[in-house]
Amino acid sequence: MSNSASTLFDKVWDAHVVRKIEDGPDVFLIDRHFIHEVTSPVAFLGLETRGISVLYPERTFATADHNTPTINQHLPVEDPLSANQLKALETNTAKYGISHWGLGNPKNGIVHVVGPENGITLPGMTIVCGDSHTSTHGAFGAIAFGIGTSEVEMVLSSQCIMQPKPKKMRITINGTLGKGVTPKDVALFIISQITASGATGYFVEYAGEVFENMSMEGRMTVCNLSIEMGARGGMIAPDQTTFNYLEGRELAPKGEAWENALAYWKTLKTDEGATFDHELTYEASQIEPQITYGTNPGLGTGITQKIPTASAVKDGEASYKKSLNYMGFAENEEIIGKQVDYVFLGSCTNGRIEDFRAFASIVKGRKKADNITAWLVPGSHIVEAQIKEEGILDILTEAGFLLRQPGCSACLAMNDDKIPAGKYAVSTSNRNFEGRQGPGSRTLLASPLVAAAAAVTGVVTDPRELL
Amino acid sequence: MAYDKFQILTSTAVPLPLENVDTDQIIPARFLKATKREGFGDNLFRDWRYNGDDSLKQDFVLNNPTYSGKILVAGRNFGSGSSREHAAWAIYDYGFRCVVSSFFADIFKGNALNIGILPVQVSPEFLDKIFQAIEADPKAELVVDLPAQTISIAATGESESFAINGYKKHNMLNGFDDIDYLQSMKEEIKTFAEKSLY
Repeated sequence: MSNSASTLFDKVWDAHVVRKIEDGPDVFLIDRHFIHEVTSPVAFLGLETRGISVLYPERTFATADHNTPTINQHLPVEDPLSANQLKALETNTAKYGISHWGLGNPKNGIVHVVGPENGITLPGMTIVCGDSHTSTHGAFGAIAFGIGTSEVEMVLSSQCIMQPKPKKMRITINGTLGKGVTPKDVALFIISQITASGATGYFVEYAGEVFENMSMEGRMTVCNLSIEMGARGGMIAPDQTTFNYLEGRELAPKGEAWENALAYWKTLKTDEGATFDHELTYEASQIEPQITYGTNPGLGTGITQKIPTASAVKDGEASYKKSLNYMGFAENEEIIGKQVDYVFLGSCTNGRIEDFRAFASIVKGRKKADNITAWLVPGSHIVEAQIKEEGILDILTEAGFLLRQPGCSACLAMNDDKIPAGKYAVSTSNRNFEGRQGPGSRTLLASPLVAAAAAVTGVVTDPRELL
Repeated sequence: MAYDKFQILTSTAVPLPLENVDTDQIIPARFLKATKREGFGDNLFRDWRYNGDDSLKQDFVLNNPTYSGKILVAGRNFGSGSSREHAAWAIYDYGFRCVVSSFFADIFKGNALNIGILPVQVSPEFLDKIFQAIEADPKAELVVDLPAQTISIAATGESESFAINGYKKHNMLNGFDDIDYLQSMKEEIKTFAEKSLY
């Protein structure tokens, strides 16, 4: 390491470069590799075809989440294609001796929820998974990003991938967030400001009071959505909040190893005077609860605002009009009061305990609106257990809601949790793309508070009126 | 998985002048359930290509016999969203070898290069010229010259250069992939990995 000031990102990246290729990518060592049933089978097949094996099976962790059902998980999976993928994951992990938290395992859940909650994700690590929301793990001061299946095969066989080093961006937000403004709103706000491709080519560090004062769950939500602004990943320097969250987690270091790790983790911050390729600064007071109205996450605004005119957005006019047409919306319309048919609480973005607490804080003492179908899906069995222990389940049940079982669910609708064509869903997930939540589905991305407000009123509602 | 070498590609092109074409449009999640890399081209742009009853949407460009070729030309921020390599597989399996846009999402770009699709990033102005050339003559040919790192419109000779790093260029020209490279340096990786903190 040189004496000059360096960024958190540089410190972690540079410590993992095995070889620099001239006029090419870095050969980059991966500390932790997560796999799931959808993007791994072809990688394992590739190993077979080439006659090569898994180099470090103990550095890869598997969980089943993308196509698993969220009801009746004790029964055989009905869809034969999904069942086949789940079986393939079980067979492949058993063959190579890779840890596997399959359906029914008490540790099962969404990969980006179970990694952190079991202490697999640690500061200073490099973490990849065949899933773009791997950026979530950056909340711990790790470099974490999504990869393709060819790269899954590379990590399995060599624990490395070939990566050009991205450029660096810092996004600083100081001040205090207003009532009803959550980490989800912070992320959707940034994306609405810089567009869904505003950070493409960059790795983002989030800095400032807003992130320093945020819980680990909140930081995970923000880092999770880094990919939705085009960034490969986002990270936040580890601090006492991080260390408190990790201490005692099952796979986190213990005793002397913990003390040694802690000493190293405390060095993981951007030095005074270190430079970034791009810097953005906002104030917390600029941010109100957010909601999206279009078909990419950049097409969002404050919930009290109107849908912008084509001239006010950075997307091309043809794409913007196609987007509003798909949503059944028009320029200049109010978003408050819009019809809602479905509410989805869950996903790797907002499927953690804090999200269920937030949702419960609004539905407590109220009733689910009759026109709403609500799918509340915890991110893991550990989250599910916490919901029960904390009495949140009683609040939800009293208000007329059912709790489903863990999985990715309606976020990408690979299982049966599909929003029907033409219906509107206020969703705490991460993508409002055409058909993302089911063919013809229309998604409005928002925080758990906005989702809860819609769930009890039946329309898009400012949650601040219900707090 | 090895792929065919890419040298100089001369072909007509299919225009898709939309921005932010995400990988959920390229291949919806419900078609990711295979355990083998086969048949993904059938579901390329599934929900833009087919109605709910599996009949063809006549107004979508892939269903218009006027347009064909091995090059897909699309608006900016192509391939955003999910990291699913299936999107690149679907494009390759359908028969495209090159995607031209003024801007690519990072993960898609990497996936494309890893499986033998050449992503060619051009200026917004040159992208407009290509769209205009195809609109004027759907049989207009583009020439993508990887050794020279240029793309040109055959009829007018207008040309622009594009960037690709030397390592990836060498791989594309020869049909090599990263796994071969990594296997060749396994001892170096092991020495490094065993000193690693984690």
